[in-house]
Amino acid sequence: MFDIDRWREIFQSINKNRLRSVLSGFTVTFAILLFTLLFGIGKGLQNTFKEEFAGDATNSIYIWSNFTTIAYKGNQVGKRIQFKNDDFTFLKEKFSTEIQTISPRIQRGVEVVYKSEKGAYSLRGVYPEYQILESAEIIDGRFLNTKDIYEKSKVVAIGKLVEKDLFGQLSALGKQIKIGGIMYQVIGVFTDPGGDNDERFIYTPFTTMQRLYGNTDNLDEFGITYNPNLSIDAAIAFGVKMQRALKDKYNVSPEDQRAIGLNNYASGNREVTNMMVGLGILIFIIGFGTLIAGVVGISNIMVYVVNERTKELGIRKAVGATPKDIVAMILQEAVFITTISGYFGLLLGVGILKYAGPSLEKYFILNPSVSTPVVVGATITLIIAGIIAGYLPAKRAARIKPVIALSAD
Amino acid sequence: MIKIEKLHKSYPIGKESIHVLKGIDLHIKEGEFVSIMGSSGSGKSTLLNIVGLLDIHDEGNYYLNGELIKDMNEKKAAILRNKFLGFVFQSFNLISYKTALENVALPLYYKGVNRKDRLGIAMDYLEKVGLKEWANHLPNELSGGQKQRVAIARALVTKPKVVLADEPTGALDSTTTDSVMDLLKEINDEGMTVFVITHEEEVAAQTKRIVRLKDGIIVSDELTKNTKQASHV
Repeated sequence: MFDIDRWREIFQSINKNRLRSVLSGFTVTFAILLFTLLFGIGKGLQNTFKEEFAGDATNSIYIWSNFTTIAYKGNQVGKRIQFKNDDFTFLKEKFSTEIQTISPRIQRGVEVVYKSEKGAYSLRGVYPEYQILESAEIIDGRFLNTKDIYEKSKVVAIGKLVEKDLFGQLSALGKQIKIGGIMYQVIGVFTDPGGDNDERFIYTPFTTMQRLYGNTDNLDEFGITYNPNLSIDAAIAFGVKMQRALKDKYNVSPEDQRAIGLNNYASGNREVTNMMVGLGILIFIIGFGTLIAGVVGISNIMVYVVNERTKELGIRKAVGATPKDIVAMILQEAVFITTISGYFGLLLGVGILKYAGPSLEKYFILNPSVSTPVVVGATITLIIAGIIAGYLPAKRAARIKPVIALSAD
Repeated sequence: MIKIEKLHKSYPIGKESIHVLKGIDLHIKEGEFVSIMGSSGSGKSTLLNIVGLLDIHDEGNYYLNGELIKDMNEKKAAILRNKFLGFVFQSFNLISYKTALENVALPLYYKGVNRKDRLGIAMDYLEKVGLKEWANHLPNELSGGQKQRVAIARALVTKPKVVLADEPTGALDSTTTDSVMDLLKEINDEGMTVFVITHEEEVAAQTKRIVRLKDGIIVSDELTKNTKQASHV
């Protein structure tokens, strides 16, 4: 029911009692503002965690070899364990269900020359599957393929920053570059969400590298992505099993933590998942607390407002206002103020997040933002709180006998 | 117009209760100009509040315009007040953030009169009390006498049957007291029943009937010479 006269009464009351209206609105604005900022910052922290893990496939496991630290089955301390090509087939067959993709890797520091430009980079000999592990994305040309592996082609896919360093604004695609004295053709340029370091890698077929550098069947490590259907616990167990199998194969003590190294992203995932849950709970508690504080604030102010207006309400009753008129007037005013100031707080919060967001990145807060339903929900909660908070004192005020209200000076 | 039979009223104060009105019988006919006299604590304000439906009585009967006031709920009381009664208070009781005109128009708002009409009617009444030029001033820009005239205009605007005035001159000096009393007399001359509560003899002397109250009972009820003069005329 739209009653222009009642609205006029309310606007007059709000307008002529500006301090009171602004103060009550301020509580709501402040509550919604805090709520928005808090949720935004929480969201930003979550985004940061997600981003940290976006650099590589989240189901990656890296496994590499090193020197032994415990003497075992005839192996002395300090023996260098060296993975060979047959380990690739060994792992691939033994863990065929757990492994999604697997690629061996050899890595060397190399000097790269193109015309007058030169620089030092890491050259990695890998299988095409390695692209998945790095989450690398081709922006020009293509990544390595099986044919390159088979033909041991002297081709490379280079990171975006390598192209920028050596070619400036020009395209590297199809150009010949000299790596460690040998000419390679650039077949692709990639970008990598892992950041600058990951975009300074140069990838060449594993077989090419093995042949050109040493001509052995040695390799440095394996990059594996596990079957994404595995639970986190199963994935962690799988990593340990794989490590154990390789230890057995190379007569390494099960207690030797160094000879065969393992980095399983699943354990990190678990920590991040737990942390996200913890963070979520924290945000929820603080957000809820802020709302409660806001509700208490509104309630107090409504009690104060009604008290302050007792006399006015008494006059209105003496000249013919029914209790319903009184309650409706107070409530309508409360809801109006709450809605407007809640919306204002929301705008303010979103504005601050937008404005200050970029400068917060160094504090691990990335793209802080709030979802509309959350904030609208919070505002509605406060409006309802305003109604309840206003209703009780309004009802009481409407019940006070006008004679008592009028004698209250 | 107002008929009261054996009216009792007590107020609880803590565990005790104070018996304020101890059986009042009073009959006020239409067009009368009555004053209730009494010192503070005599129960005169309580009587006015009951008559004005601002408070409820414990025992006895109260007829307003022939209607028995019983089991009043707030809504019914509000409607009856709006319809039959106009109030003038000692402390004026104007709404501070409303102009004189808006204050006068307020009862019409609760009566459901549309804005244009009620402002027009309110302006007529302000003119009647001589404050047309002050229509758009806030109460704190008016003198005490002016405020009380605004309050009287507000009491009259719904064309009530009875105007109830609680110490209408209590906060005024003698000059303004006279002007307010003249206004009330004028209203009474037009046929309105006026019911004044006061503790000032000079004020009571200007009415047509004085009812003296002491410790909750009526000690005297007599017509003044104003009435006799009026009846002689």
